[in-house]
Amino acid sequence: MGNTKKKEAGFLSKIVRQQLFIPIAALLILAVFNLIADPSFFKITMGASSTGDPVLSGYLITILDYGSELAILAIGMTLVTAASGGQDISVGAAIAIAGSVILRVLCGTNSRPEELQTSVFVAFIAACLVAMLFGAFNGILVAHFKIQPMVATLILYTAGRSIAAWINNNELPIISEPTFGYYGGFIPGIPIPTPFFIAVICVVITALVLKFTNLGLYTQAVGINEKSSRLNGLNPVFIKFLSFVILGLCVAVVGLIKVSRFSTINYSVIAKDIEMDAILAVALGGNALSGGKFNMAASILGAYVIQFLTTTLYKFDVQSDALPAYKAVVVIILVVLSAPSVRAKLSQVGKKLHAKEVA
Amino acid sequence: MSKKTILEMKNISKSFPGVRALQGVDFKLCEGEVHALMGENGAGKSTLIKVLTGVYAKDEGHIFVDGNDKEVSIHSPQDAQRVGISTVYQEITLCPNLSVAENMYIGRSEGAGTNWKKMNEDADKLLQSLDIPAKATQQLASCSIAVQQMVAIARAVDMDCKILILDEPTSSLDEQEVEKLFGLMRDLKARGVGIIFVTHFLDQVYEICDKITVLRDGKLVGEYEIKDLPRVKLVAKMLGKELDDMSDIKGEQKPYDGDDAGEVVLEAEGLYSDAGIKPFDFNIKKGEVNGFTGLLGSGRSECVRAIFGADRVLGGHVKKNGKTIKITKPLDAMKNGIAYLPEDRKNDGIIGDLSVRENIIIASQVLRGFFKPYSKAEANKFAEEYIKLLDIKTASADTPIKSLSGGNQQKVILARWLMTHPEYLILDEPTRGIDIGTKIDIQKLVLKLASEGMSVTFISSETDEMLRTCSRMVVMRDRKVVGELSGDDLTQNKIMSTIAGGDK
Repeated sequence: MGNTKKKEAGFLSKIVRQQLFIPIAALLILAVFNLIADPSFFKITMGASSTGDPVLSGYLITILDYGSELAILAIGMTLVTAASGGQDISVGAAIAIAGSVILRVLCGTNSRPEELQTSVFVAFIAACLVAMLFGAFNGILVAHFKIQPMVATLILYTAGRSIAAWINNNELPIISEPTFGYYGGFIPGIPIPTPFFIAVICVVITALVLKFTNLGLYTQAVGINEKSSRLNGLNPVFIKFLSFVILGLCVAVVGLIKVSRFSTINYSVIAKDIEMDAILAVALGGNALSGGKFNMAASILGAYVIQFLTTTLYKFDVQSDALPAYKAVVVIILVVLSAPSVRAKLSQVGKKLHAKEVA
Repeated sequence: MSKKTILEMKNISKSFPGVRALQGVDFKLCEGEVHALMGENGAGKSTLIKVLTGVYAKDEGHIFVDGNDKEVSIHSPQDAQRVGISTVYQEITLCPNLSVAENMYIGRSEGAGTNWKKMNEDADKLLQSLDIPAKATQQLASCSIAVQQMVAIARAVDMDCKILILDEPTSSLDEQEVEKLFGLMRDLKARGVGIIFVTHFLDQVYEICDKITVLRDGKLVGEYEIKDLPRVKLVAKMLGKELDDMSDIKGEQKPYDGDDAGEVVLEAEGLYSDAGIKPFDFNIKKGEVNGFTGLLGSGRSECVRAIFGADRVLGGHVKKNGKTIKITKPLDAMKNGIAYLPEDRKNDGIIGDLSVRENIIIASQVLRGFFKPYSKAEANKFAEEYIKLLDIKTASADTPIKSLSGGNQQKVILARWLMTHPEYLILDEPTRGIDIGTKIDIQKLVLKLASEGMSVTFISSETDEMLRTCSRMVVMRDRKVVGELSGDDLTQNKIMSTIAGGDK
């Protein structure tokens, strides 16, 4: 009897030590909270989209929809965090730039075009290039000039939205072509929001890249010990740089989703504060914000959990201005829980409980 | 004249998950005594000291201080300081950007105000009385490592420490600095301070210590008066067997065949880097073990770092098998079959949070290419193979390397480079800070690799270790190559005199 209990305790502590435990536990807590407070949170109904097609709607679908944007960003942010031991805070501004580029390429010189000047694909490729270029700018500042990532990306954070406005001569282009709305909305006949599929594609590509290249190993090695990595033939400067460029790519994808949602852009509001959620997703995934080892799956799950939290707060009529305060509480709890001293205390308490059980 | 016992540790036990680090260990220290704590890596020395200083909580046992029969409880380094126990670690734990005086008094000022003038005066007085060559207002970083260590000791002395723990204080000092440190230790001894001295250098134990306590595998082997325990016996006690491995290995290296014989694998001419070494010439032959020797800071490491491309090479030519090659970064060297085990294991060698497996395969993986990762099965196979080959003691291949003992970490790094099958292996201080058993393993391995045709450069601050393995030695002084010794010239005396300059 005692033996099985011991095994159980061992099993339990094994689960607790798993990195995925943190986001899953957070998800469960949120789900249970909603279940008790108002089970209608989980209701999914069949509604109609703006084009009249039948689509799913409900809070869970909202989470799936907006959480996907975060998940895509979390991929890049995880790599940047792991390699450089810092975070990119210019993500929201860079999304504004990428979105602006897409609209500019689609509209040409006329801000209210009857038809698109080029295909969305071409516009998206242009946005990718521009976003990666800005990623490269951040990357050079961090990797080559060894500026703190937060400080380095502060430049683009400040200037990005002005650059975005400048790209379209401060005009607000509006796209009337309905197919453009598919990327951030629904594809007719498919009741699940498209961003989710885009996120799935990104996740699959990431998984393949991590499996069939050494990106993961190299990034972690550089994040843990740069000097030693160099002596093993790695180029830490390039790997850090690369992580920022990859984040740039993620930014372009989210930029497309964002401008597609409204078929227009609001330079000062689009993707505002999204970088904080992306960073939070990485942290909630149990990844050290000081870099080194990372778990991509945990970050991606973390992204959806953050969106779960945001949506829950909206449901309970928390003003959007007050949202950051609530999220701050989550951050504090996370940071405190992951502090080494607290961890040691917790494991001691766990041991004591275990000892009592056995006795 | 029995001296007063100032510290008694009784029946101390401490376990970590999966390891019983200490099992019922007793330890006694008298006033005015220098007491060596000896043992291989993993014997429990550091654990014992960390229990004593409150870094770890002991599972069992009692600690008595100052002859009181009341047990003291030490839960933090602050507690330890309060009862008069101070520690000076191998790595300096002071703040290099503050002044000497600030470092001596930091964290100890009473109240909010600091009387800077008085602080500096007090500091100068103390430094003078201890004969430490530093000024109170001098920035700590501008002092040599030895002086920094002495400042740390001065800080301890000023805190009325009765028990001073020196944990590997000499491993980064040269001989003169060690002498100075010993002078200070003798001075403290005369003042009645009890000193616990942890070191890997046998010579130093016999030079300064009064007593030796030997630990092995977390258990107490015994406490001995220094005069009752000759070196051979001490080594035997530490290893736990009566073997004569040390002499066994002697003379196994094959003698140098002369400049004309043998095929030159790597040749450097006028090579120098931004690390401040003078241009040097160098060559190594197939199956040869050679070495760089010289005092600490003489440029031994800088030479091999230049060969490997670890520092920025500013000039010179390197030829491999007669063909000119260009090495501007470590990867170039690796592609040319050169491997380099760096001196600073913690900062340049291990990748701490990664597993033993990842640490073993990383160099080979980098050589194999970004788009060709080893499959999990392949990586595991290699890891298991080398763990077995080098007898690496680790719970599993998944264990993070940072939780291994120093000697085993070093073996992992060695495995990493052996896996790349280098033609030329550079080992910079591979045996520093690791236990005697592993040291002998590494020396034997070096000779075996050489006999199989690998060229090896072996650097060690222990000359006798190099004498046992190298057939040729490059001698350095003040960042310059000052001689090359081989054959009958390879003697301790000859090396000393070459280092010192001139035959005397």
